Formats: sequence, C-alpha cells, structure tokens
Amino acid sequence: MQTTSDEVLIGRIAGGDRLAMQVLFARHHMRVYRFLLRLVRREATAEDLVSDVFLDVWRQAGKFEGRSAVSTWMLSIARFKALSALRRKPEEELDEETAATIEDQSDDPETALAKKDKGALLRECMTRLSTEHREIIDLVYYHEKSVEEVAGIVGIPEATVKTRMFYARKKLSELLKERGIDRGWP
Amino acid sequence: MTSVNEDDRNDIEELLPWHATGTLSRRDAQRVEAALANDPELARRYELVREELGQNVTLNETLGAPSSRVMDELFARIDAEPARRRAAAGLGVRIGEFLAGLAPRTLAWSAAIAAIAILLQAGFIADIVFKGSGGYQTASVPGAGKGDGAYALIRFQPQASAADIAAFLESNKLTIAGGPTAGGLYRLQIAPAALPKDALAARIKTLQGDKVVGFIGAAN
Repeated sequence: MQTTSDEVLIGRIAGGDRLAMQVLFARHHMRVYRFLLRLVRREATAEDLVSDVFLDVWRQAGKFEGRSAVSTWMLSIARFKALSALRRKPEEELDEETAATIEDQSDDPETALAKKDKGALLRECMTRLSTEHREIIDLVYYHEKSVEEVAGIVGIPEATVKTRMFYARKKLSELLKERGIDRGWP
Repeated sequence: MTSVNEDDRNDIEELLPWHATGTLSRRDAQRVEAALANDPELARRYELVREELGQNVTLNETLGAPSSRVMDELFARIDAEPARRRAAAGLGVRIGEFLAGLAPRTLAWSAAIAAIAILLQAGFIADIVFKGSGGYQTASVPGAGKGDGAYALIRFQPQASAADIAAFLESNKLTIAGGPTAGGLYRLQIAPAALPKDALAARIKTLQGDKVVGFIGAAN
C-alpha cells in the first residue's frame, strides 16, 4: 500500500509538484539518513548526502520506471552517494573523527562485558563491521529488503547477497566472541 | 523426525535473516518453516538471527534524526533548479501534456485552444483532429459520444500527472469523447458497445480505483 502511494508521489514530483516532494521527504528522510549515517559514520556528511539524495529524486523522478519500490530506488541512490563520499575521504579518517560518537572503545573485553548487557555488545559489534557488512546487515534487518532488492541496491547477484549476509553474521559472532560472548555459532 | 542433511541446512540457514523479516517468497518461507520444525539446531540459530534483528533495529532507531537544515537546504536547492525542461515531444508525451493542459486550474479559459481529438486504443492514436483557430472546441472524436458504446463522465485528480492520465487511458483502452465541461468533466467512452447495467457499474467501479480518478459516474 505504501509502495503504491510512493509511486503516486513520484509521478507528481516528475510533474514538478513540490508538495509531493515534501510528503516523500517526510516519509523517507529518516531511514535514508540512518542508512547513510551507518555507512559514512559522520552526521554532517550524512545530512549533506540526504539532501543530495532527495535532490536526485527530484531531478530523476520522471525517469523512475517502477521496477523497484521507491524506497529501494532511494537507497540505491543513497548508497552511490555514500560510497562516492567515502572514496573522497578515506574511511579511516572518518572513523577517527567519529570514534567517540559510536561507542566507547577503550574498555578491554572483561570490562566491556561487565558494563554492558549482551544486546548492547551486539549493537557495538554491529558498528565495528566493515562497510560492506554493515550495509548488508542494515538493508536486510532494518530496511527489510528482500534478497532480490538487496541485490538490486548493492549490484551483486542474489547468491552473493546470501553468502555476504552469512559472512557478515559470522563476523558479528566472531566480534562477540572476542568480547567474551560465545554464541555457539558458527 | 526428518533428518536434515548439511547442504540443505546451509541452504536454509542462509535464508533465516529474510525469514525473520518476512521478506521471503511463500515457497521459501514454507521450506524454512518445515526445516525449523524438524531441526532443533537450526531453530536455535534462528533465535540468534532474531536477536540480531532486534538489536539492529534498536541500533538504527537510536541513531537520531537529521537536523531541520537538511529540509531547508534541500528545498532551497529545489527552488533554485531550472524549470523542468519539456521532454522531447514523443507522441505519448504530447498526449500527456495535452491532458495536463486540460487539467483544472491550468485550463485558464483565457486562450483559444485548438481542438484536438484523441483516440487512444491499445496505445495507438487513431486520430488527432485540429480545428480552426476561431474558438474553443472540445476534445472529442468526431461522432464519438453520440453513437453506440458505453460512456462515463470523469474528473481527473487535479494532482494527476499527464503521464499518469495517459497511462490510465491507454491501459484501460479508454477514449475521451467529449469535454471538458465548465466543471472539468470529460465524457469518456469506456466500451465500444453498450454494456448491461451491471457490467457498466462494475467497469466504473474498477476505474474508480485508479489513482488519477477524482470522480467517475455512468453517462447516458
């Protein structure tokens, strides 16, 4: 139902309807922002990119063919913008700038385990995955994208989507194990 | 109890994250359900997936929101964009633009509008009739709207785009047979022959569900 409504909005935006653009922005900017922030790890950069993404939506609405959900299309644009930004600025530099905003990183495993519950540690480990693994975990879990949709957004075959997700989860378990939590898998 | 071989388990295990979010096809979801029911170890691993799902949602939901400057800057940039360039006039585009031009409000009644007859039948324009410059003529197919056939009166949504209306007419094999009236109503041929009352009502009900339709009702 939501998808149909989004498509109607895109049709109106293609005709220059500014109000439709406001509605679409209100509906999707949060998720687009969060997707971007998880990739670029810097709030100011993510905010700039949100603006870039929606400006592209405004400009390209007339070319939208409805082959995917509007939200999937926007995440594809967002991903391209994020990766371009990361190429312009090395990830290590971004990480240094934002290290403090992610989680405290100074505790040893025992201290961390003592301070945090398992859920908090799991979330922390999710922030420590590689860009590639963060991306796929978020697309599947938070953005609820199907195998086919993830393949379209990331530009990889569906079989690769499944294996990449598997290895992202495996890495997550390894990070947890380093922090003292053995999930018995893999 | 069915034993699950390792290949099958690996295959199913890869699908667990999508099963947790409900984005698998029905067939795959049934495969996963069956495997989970027969394989306690797989079921245990599924609980790990559900745990990851819950924490990932929590993580993302606590990321906060962008500041209001994002929206302000975006719309400032949009306002600074050049006016949308008119697409090269393919036939479909021209029809769409014509229809957009006839949409309420934009139909200013101020200029004499050449009359254009549009016949969209299965994507083919049968006729475009231009009449003289002296005054306003309705967009109608000569002879249409009076003969046999089933007709309806329609008012398009003011926000409906030209492309939407053109697609609506084409996909439903509809022809604009007359209009617009002062109230923005068009006479629409919805079937080449008269329809029984029930069939006419059903056809109109179907069309009513389209996003471009503001109002539609049977016409004599």
